[in-house]
Amino acid sequence: MGHRTPLYDAHLAAGGKMVDFGGWDMPINYGSQIEEHHQVRRCAGMFDVSHMTVVDVAGAGAREYLRHLLANDVDRIEQGRALYSGMLNPHGGVVDDLIVYRRDNDYRLVVNCGTREKDLAWMEKQAAGFDVAISEQPALAMIAIQGPKALQLAKPLLPAADTLLALKPFHFVESGDWLLARTGYTGEDGAEIILPGDQAVALWEKLRAAGIAVCGLGARDTLRLEAGMNLYGNDMDESVTPLEAGMGWTLVFNDRDFIGRAALEAQQIKGHQVLVGLVMEEKGVLRAHQKVFTANGEGEITSGTFSPTLGLSVALARLPAGSRGDAEVEIRNKRLPVKIVRPPFVRNGKQVFKIL
Amino acid sequence: MSNIPAELRYAKSHEWIRLEDDGTAYVGISEHAQEAMGDLVYVELPDVGAVVASSDETGVVESVKAASDIYAPVSGEIIAVNEALSDSPELVNQDCYGDGWLYQIKLSDKAELEDLLGAEDYAAQLEEDA
Repeated sequence: MGHRTPLYDAHLAAGGKMVDFGGWDMPINYGSQIEEHHQVRRCAGMFDVSHMTVVDVAGAGAREYLRHLLANDVDRIEQGRALYSGMLNPHGGVVDDLIVYRRDNDYRLVVNCGTREKDLAWMEKQAAGFDVAISEQPALAMIAIQGPKALQLAKPLLPAADTLLALKPFHFVESGDWLLARTGYTGEDGAEIILPGDQAVALWEKLRAAGIAVCGLGARDTLRLEAGMNLYGNDMDESVTPLEAGMGWTLVFNDRDFIGRAALEAQQIKGHQVLVGLVMEEKGVLRAHQKVFTANGEGEITSGTFSPTLGLSVALARLPAGSRGDAEVEIRNKRLPVKIVRPPFVRNGKQVFKIL
Repeated sequence: MSNIPAELRYAKSHEWIRLEDDGTAYVGISEHAQEAMGDLVYVELPDVGAVVASSDETGVVESVKAASDIYAPVSGEIIAVNEALSDSPELVNQDCYGDGWLYQIKLSDKAELEDLLGAEDYAAQLEEDA
């Protein structure tokens, strides 16, 4: 038996098909993954993401510590804002990707569940010499509500709702023990709500009664891929740098020396592969690890799926720098034509990719 | 418990086969298989006229999650494929024993049906695998 979130029984009652997800028993779908996907693009859906790991970093040295630990710079955000960053090893490889929330007196980090132990160990190890207290918050739950109508439907049920609805993306508001952020992993409007675990079921049921559809982690994956967002372990890991994972925009080379900086600077001079999008109009489905053939050489798909919104197959792929135009993907010993594009594929319900 | 019609024969790899009076048979995947796959988005079928041996790969079903090979439950010649699946692979999810059939095969040796599982034995296998 795996770990269970406070919503485990609610998932079973709603017909959730439970699977192992990084050591947690989580719903992959509640009947139809494609239906759940469409709910989020067209109306409103919600996900239990309580399996993710919340870690608070406090202390007089917290700012300095995070400026050293993270490749993005927490000084870019004020209180009440969130930042996406990679946490790198000295070779520039991605130990994990995370969101950091700058609160009044500390920073809150949300990291992946599958990397929880190594992340915590890494963070502790790097804390030597800094005046910081690192504390995991296992009693918290996290619910993502996503979709064009999600916030309107949820509004009567949330604290600080007026403030939340007025916020821009990557801003958040706190109300008591709750943290409500305009973030998400679907490419739609919405919020992620971190709240005490013992209040999660009540909120979940109320949101459901308000017309927000329950959605499994299967739909979360097709939504994030359409939105061109990376998945740790698929699109990057410790052997891949942010430069090779489409995360160059998260790197800040300024006055500070963050872990991995020297390796990234060396790689920038030397050159590196890049993460791009692929779109296939032929029948079939692009999948991780399929080989890609371009005019500049070979590459590999890192994440691929059928896109329910577009009705064709899309993928993220790591290809030689400068890959443009047409390519071919090998699927079951056949080579099929694909177009190289700039992700995201879908934003706010609409096709947005640009052919490179 | 998954629906397992008594009149069909089943392969361990979750294909079903239904013998017709004319000595041909229809082949599809079981309800258990389509449920485990989730929403299908693509079905690759064999060429009509292809001659296959039992356990040969005769296509692929792909869901949002994964791809899964389809094996021939018996030897024979493929005489028809379900063209509707090209645009509507979800028929397999909706009606796996009816409109969601995959292909029709002319058996080269009816005795091979005896090597397949009856409904009860197939149900027992699903229990064991669970």
